[in-house]
Amino acid sequence: MSEQSLMETNGTLPPTPSHTVGPFYGYALPFPDGGEIAPAGHPDTITVHGYVYDGAGDPIPDALLEFWQAAPDGSLTGAPGSLRRDPVTGGYYGRNGVDFTGFGRVPTDADGHYAVRTLPPGGAPYLSVCVFARGLLHHLFTRAYLDEPAGDTLLSGLEPARRETLLARAEADKHRTYRFDIHLQGDKETVFLAFD
Amino acid sequence: MALTQHDIDREVTELQDAYDKARAGGAPAAHHPPRDYAPYRSSALRHPKQPLVAVHGDPETVELSGPAFGTTDVTALDNDLTKQHHGEPLGERITVSGRLLDGRGRPVRGQLVEVWQANASGRYAHQRDDHPAPLDPNFTGVGRVLTGDDGSYSFTTIKPGAYPWRNHANAWRPAHIHFSLFGDAFTQRLVTQMYFPNDPLFPYDPILRSVTDESARQRLIATYDHDLSQPEFSLGYRWDIVLDGPSATWIEEGR
Ligand SMILES: [Fe+3]
Repeated sequence: MSEQSLMETNGTLPPTPSHTVGPFYGYALPFPDGGEIAPAGHPDTITVHGYVYDGAGDPIPDALLEFWQAAPDGSLTGAPGSLRRDPVTGGYYGRNGVDFTGFGRVPTDADGHYAVRTLPPGGAPYLSVCVFARGLLHHLFTRAYLDEPAGDTLLSGLEPARRETLLARAEADKHRTYRFDIHLQGDKETVFLAFD
Repeated sequence: MALTQHDIDREVTELQDAYDKARAGGAPAAHHPPRDYAPYRSSALRHPKQPLVAVHGDPETVELSGPAFGTTDVTALDNDLTKQHHGEPLGERITVSGRLLDGRGRPVRGQLVEVWQANASGRYAHQRDDHPAPLDPNFTGVGRVLTGDDGSYSFTTIKPGAYPWRNHANAWRPAHIHFSLFGDAFTQRLVTQMYFPNDPLFPYDPILRSVTDESARQRLIATYDHDLSQPEFSLGYRWDIVLDGPSATWIEEGR
């Protein structure tokens, strides 16, 4: 379809519709170290992990999660190099171990589990999460808050039980580790977000 | 007992009629599929039942910015899916080109476009695709490229085959290429599928039909473009992609 025929009279273009990521993205989208957002060995590294569940409470083994966040200094410019590739072999080099790209991508495993290691964001204390899955026709956005900032308009506008779904919980028995589960449906359904 | 194509067609038609009726009554166009779309069986337990919570962006909203990609994230051959092995893949060689635009028609520059697809026989190079069509040792079916200054992208690949799936008895997906797109903001993120013109499987596919707006459905179908065809080499298809969702620059301009 040509660009001209796409243009509506009010000067905006109608968007290309979303479709499900399907079951077979696994050899295309995930990449080695996709969840290693923190530079290797950084002392401030935190782990955020959890499970993705469906409406029956069963873990989803074919979801794909993406994470985007501010750098520790609060900047939101990111940096290239999340998927750094090797021009010699054509394979993945992995991240360069220095730059903080702010971006991570991980598939859930056979248990529906994921984990990312990152640095705490500066400014707004949350990781933005984008959820894709077979069976999900249009991705979903949510947020994993690492703490509950006073006066956050999103959190303060939610019922306590709903607010709870956005709070990553520090695990007492694990070092610098947060648990953040995602429920696509059901009693514990996660709060999902719309941006306009 | 497995649902038949007839069962699925009936549900698809009911939902289509309901949408068309709502449109005729003045409802706004739905550009995206509903997440709750019963004919696509896997959606049943995987869609939220609570409404989405609106976040009214101020420019500090993290999602109004997004990840950056650069020349280190792709290699020069990543947009030629026919050159990833020693031999040539089987199938009809095609060139797929277009532009990545935001909702105001502005090019989205230097952003990552990723594609994946089945081979000419309709088989994915994926462990869990086990239907009895041959794998092609010379075709993996994964590519990526950064958009140019005018938002343009181009891939050389082969035309994927249709393939069966288990949504219902005798379910077949029309030939398609999966696309993953990034905009300047995380809110503009898009994963979708591109189809080929005049595929006889369109009416039977609950995934395509989940987009109930006819003109939105048409936007998922590439155009054959003879000027893009390369003599003695490939057939050309053009497909422009328009991202949804606000970005920081929209907010600053007082959208
Ligand atoms: Fe597919």
